[in-house]
Amino acid sequence: MYLCVKNALHLEALVDLLIEDERIVTMTPAGHQKLPENCEVFDAEGLVLMPSFIDAHVHLREPGFEYKETIASGLNAAVHGGFGSVMCMANTKPVNDNAAVTSLMLTKAQQSHPHGPRLYPIGAATKNLEGRELAPMGELKEAGCVAISNDGRPVQSSEMMRRIMEYAADFSLTVIDHCEDPTLADHWVMNEGEMSGLLGVKGQPAVGEALQAARDIMLAEYLGLPVHIAHVSSALTVDVIAWGKARGIAVTAETCPHYLLLDESALEGYNALCKVSPPLRSTKDRDALLRAVADGTIDILVTDHAPHALHEKMTALDQALVGFSGLDLAVTLTWGLVKEDLLPEDALHRLWARRPGEIFHLPTNGFAPGDPADFFLFDPHAVWIPSEENLYSKGKNTPFLGQELSGRVKHHWLGGKAIF
Amino acid sequence: MTSDTRYLWQHKDLLGTSQLSVADVSHLLDLARSFQEINRRPVRKVPTLQGRTVILFFVENSTRTKTSFDVAGKRLSADTHALSQAGSSLNKGESLLDTGLTLQAMNPDVIVVRHSSSGAAAFLAKQLSCGVVNAGDGWHAHPTQALLDCYSLRTAWDGVFAGKKLLILGDIAHSRVARSNVQLLHMLGVKVRLCAPRTLLPAGVATWPVEVFTDLASAVDGVDAVMCLRLQLERQQAGLLPDLSEYSRRFCLSMEHLERAASQVKVLHPGPLNRGLEISDAVADSSASLILDQVSAGVAVRMAVLYLLATRK
Repeated sequence: MYLCVKNALHLEALVDLLIEDERIVTMTPAGHQKLPENCEVFDAEGLVLMPSFIDAHVHLREPGFEYKETIASGLNAAVHGGFGSVMCMANTKPVNDNAAVTSLMLTKAQQSHPHGPRLYPIGAATKNLEGRELAPMGELKEAGCVAISNDGRPVQSSEMMRRIMEYAADFSLTVIDHCEDPTLADHWVMNEGEMSGLLGVKGQPAVGEALQAARDIMLAEYLGLPVHIAHVSSALTVDVIAWGKARGIAVTAETCPHYLLLDESALEGYNALCKVSPPLRSTKDRDALLRAVADGTIDILVTDHAPHALHEKMTALDQALVGFSGLDLAVTLTWGLVKEDLLPEDALHRLWARRPGEIFHLPTNGFAPGDPADFFLFDPHAVWIPSEENLYSKGKNTPFLGQELSGRVKHHWLGGKAIF
Repeated sequence: MTSDTRYLWQHKDLLGTSQLSVADVSHLLDLARSFQEINRRPVRKVPTLQGRTVILFFVENSTRTKTSFDVAGKRLSADTHALSQAGSSLNKGESLLDTGLTLQAMNPDVIVVRHSSSGAAAFLAKQLSCGVVNAGDGWHAHPTQALLDCYSLRTAWDGVFAGKKLLILGDIAHSRVARSNVQLLHMLGVKVRLCAPRTLLPAGVATWPVEVFTDLASAVDGVDAVMCLRLQLERQQAGLLPDLSEYSRRFCLSMEHLERAASQVKVLHPGPLNRGLEISDAVADSSASLILDQVSAGVAVRMAVLYLLATRK
């Protein structure tokens, strides 16, 4: 079975993409290709062609919090948002610290989305995420986990962090660390700074993130092992990562679209929809993160998709839960950065597909012959307003709810099959 | 400071002092002065808010502020109803929003809210169509306290705020009284100083329109008023202070301190007092003290606030 996606915009050039079954055959300048017989043709005029993205940091809430999100609804949001692969964190209930939970997640994904997006569970670093005993990483790897993390429950003990990195290395599992010194971030509500002082709420200083990142990076050098720093939110952490990379330490890092687009001023008026962990920081931090994703100091983008029921956000700021629903909007939001000339278009491919594929050893589509036919078409001119009705995720908790955005994923193929 | 006769109050809610203009404040304080006159009559009640309903929704413990609002409402003949956390469904797991909507369904004119979460009053005000008065939200704001402090100072200073120096002394970081007063007094032209150990100063204080001190003797030099704040005893347990005796050695306002201040210096305190900890007996009971005057001003100011919100067109 052949399919030709014609006249698509790819990095500002017009191309035709030829696919046979689940593989790319060629990508050529538009109109230069002689089509094989029995080739289905899809006219992509005006649409931007991108490889399916990988989201290496999501919370899909199942098992245990199905009222917030299920694996089915999360994967639905993923595929409609341009993601062909998602890596889901272990802070479910029960925690994903054993093969039974990993298998349940994979079975649910297979049942609801047999043709993708693909789900790659991340195993807990410690039993029940408590930071006291190592989780059985061998068992988790066998069951299908692709990385290890204590995300949501920062590892306070440096000794425990060291043992996590060492033990995970036995299975070539990358450790993703949520860096936050819990002693500097007790009962925090937002970033510590001028805004927290004015609003009269407990802040957490950015230095608490940078301290833990510095600890991890120094441990990585000492042990000669890799570490991946989760959802970087501050300029100081960027500096620490740059220092580590300059020393040749195997440190990689991620940040999220919201840290590139918003800052702590969004919380003026106590808008709990803007409460997230780590918190939105200063404009200086935001600008430093934009530079870091452009120059590669930060390797990848992730959504940190954290769906909640709206009633968990509709309360006083200090009582509201943290996190943004992100899968539906991430590509639209980061396309906005391209449109504003803050990022080149090919940086999106690097940040959302190529680099996460390299770091976590996942298949990606580079549009070379033989690559998996995972790609989506994006309408850069589609104007829409995210609402409770049109988001596929059950989590409607995004600061962008009700805001006019431009650009939307229109069609998505995975393994050569049109998913929508 | 006198008010403009063409002035019109336009706020549905009173959430903080930052929403107020100078004209709002002078109008409100003038109105409070006329209500203060009622408070001195033998029969201290007028029918102004007859048939109006005020709900006092106090989710955090308070006796004096709640009583002050209650007395203020009753002197204007409003029907006041008190609801506290202990008696409310919040203890049964009802959300703040649902409790607010339930209270609103009883058609009150004004809901007065005290809550331990900063921003709680603003959150309710956004969701409810009736007037909301913030009677203290977390560390954020306590606008009627700041207004009554201004009322007392206006009387003591013969209506002149510009150029006066006022020191706020104590736990600034966790104080809604300090935040509301800094904004309001700065707007009125007062030069505000803060004095506290660094561990009790708020983040970003360097950007506030104030002078910051950690030494009381220099902070008090030449000031026209000192506003002491209550020290919550749990600050020591939270590791912000070594012990209370060191705190009182450094920050307890004494008569010796007042000698360094301006000759007619006034002393304020929002109460309740920790005598010997943040304020000495001698200062609290001295002629410089406006503390009981503040309590009486509180009723008049809250009458003015309830009147303005309940009768807003």
